[in-house]
Amino acid sequence: MSDKIRSDQVFGLAKHYRFQWEEAQGGYVLLFPEGMIKLNGGAGEVIKRVDGKKTVGEIVADCKAAFPDVPDLEADVLAMLELAVGKTWITLKE
Amino acid sequence: MAQQNNGASLNHPPKPFWLLAEITYRCPLHCAFCYNPTDYATHTQNELSTEQWIKVLRDARKLGALQLGISGGEPLLRDDIEEIVAEAGSLGYYSNLITSGVGLTEKRIAEFKRGGLDHIQLSMHDITKDINNFITDTNTFELKKKVAAMIKEYDYPMVLNVVIHRYNIEHIGEILEMAEAIGADFVELANTQYYGWSLLNRAQLMPTREQLEKAEAITNKFRERVGNKMKVFFVVPDYYADRPKKCMNGWGEVFMIVTANGDVLPCHSARSLPGLEFPNVRDKGLEWAWNESPAFNKYRGDDWMKEPCRTCPEKEKDLGGCRCQTYLLTGDPEGTDPVCSKSPTHQIILDAIEEAKNPQIASRPILFRNDKNSRLIADGELSEIVKPFHALP
Repeated sequence: MSDKIRSDQVFGLAKHYRFQWEEAQGGYVLLFPEGMIKLNGGAGEVIKRVDGKKTVGEIVADCKAAFPDVPDLEADVLAMLELAVGKTWITLKE
Repeated sequence: MAQQNNGASLNHPPKPFWLLAEITYRCPLHCAFCYNPTDYATHTQNELSTEQWIKVLRDARKLGALQLGISGGEPLLRDDIEEIVAEAGSLGYYSNLITSGVGLTEKRIAEFKRGGLDHIQLSMHDITKDINNFITDTNTFELKKKVAAMIKEYDYPMVLNVVIHRYNIEHIGEILEMAEAIGADFVELANTQYYGWSLLNRAQLMPTREQLEKAEAITNKFRERVGNKMKVFFVVPDYYADRPKKCMNGWGEVFMIVTANGDVLPCHSARSLPGLEFPNVRDKGLEWAWNESPAFNKYRGDDWMKEPCRTCPEKEKDLGGCRCQTYLLTGDPEGTDPVCSKSPTHQIILDAIEEAKNPQIASRPILFRNDKNSRLIADGELSEIVKPFHALP
């Protein structure tokens, strides 16, 4: 999956993956058979918005609205999505 | 400032991510490679009650546990498994039923789905009926195929666990093809590690280095072909590694086991270690067990390490390996894991590999995991077989 992420694409969590807030970890986690990923703050905020409905463009806009003071947010969000696709945490919705 | 180790502070113990609930030691299979303690038969009469298990789940969740493995023995032998699963679901665990498939019915799997069970890990043994039935000492080949279909039908991720040993390692390509054909999402090719029953049967189970390398090459080729469709884990057996494994990712760091009778352990075979008294949930509860008990603090961090580990530049990578393996094989629970080529006792591993090549030793009958053999071992009647080890495996 080397294609560039486009703003009109819609992603959802990969099948059988679960995303939740963990009080004890003080952060979001991604759960799947045989493993778990603890997401750092920024990654958690991005993956939280990957709901199988919002487009990439909407996710970027949503993040910008939530964190207006963060510079270059769009590049960070896209990089995070690319990483998540590469790791198969999220998949493209048809 | 607190001493840092493996990302955790010693003054504030780490949190357990994983809880493995070994809810019963009873099992309809008699696998030659089972890692359960060889004297498990002494723990089949005093299993925790449903209420006690529910309290364990609640208390562990409060401590931070998130991944739950429900295992055994065969967990489906308990009649209250549906209640346990439902409690885990409502507590927000990511829960996994680890099963041989024996006892899984349509009615139960539907109940698990309702209760919020996240996945089912099914053990498979071979593509041939003969080897499946031989190594498990049961007639379960057809049943496993039916259960695999049921797991798929209920839209569970298909997680197959295949323990690899001399009798099936040559079939690894066909095993992977079978996994693909039944639609597996995850396949764990778990090369036998030698604990419990598999340690007693080590010479009969251990493949050669050549077999292992071939199996790994076939696995890599398969991975290239299927890509992301199926995740394949190949667990390298530590006897053929140059460095030991970071056992349990560190003693009391992320992993907690509660056994059928309520003992709280940092790893499966910890009870074989000398001079440690493990807490039981019937006494002081999980929080004390994890945070305060002397047993859980015994090998946290690296204060206990001796040379050559103490000054080894790689000590953070493997924390000196496995305490149980080191003790069972060398008699020193604080020594360097003999798997390590820097260990003064490494010859023990080389000898074990040679022993497995000796046709006379390797053709000795396998001691299957069953109640009769377990009682014989517990009563000291098989001392010849247990003699090479410093404690009961």
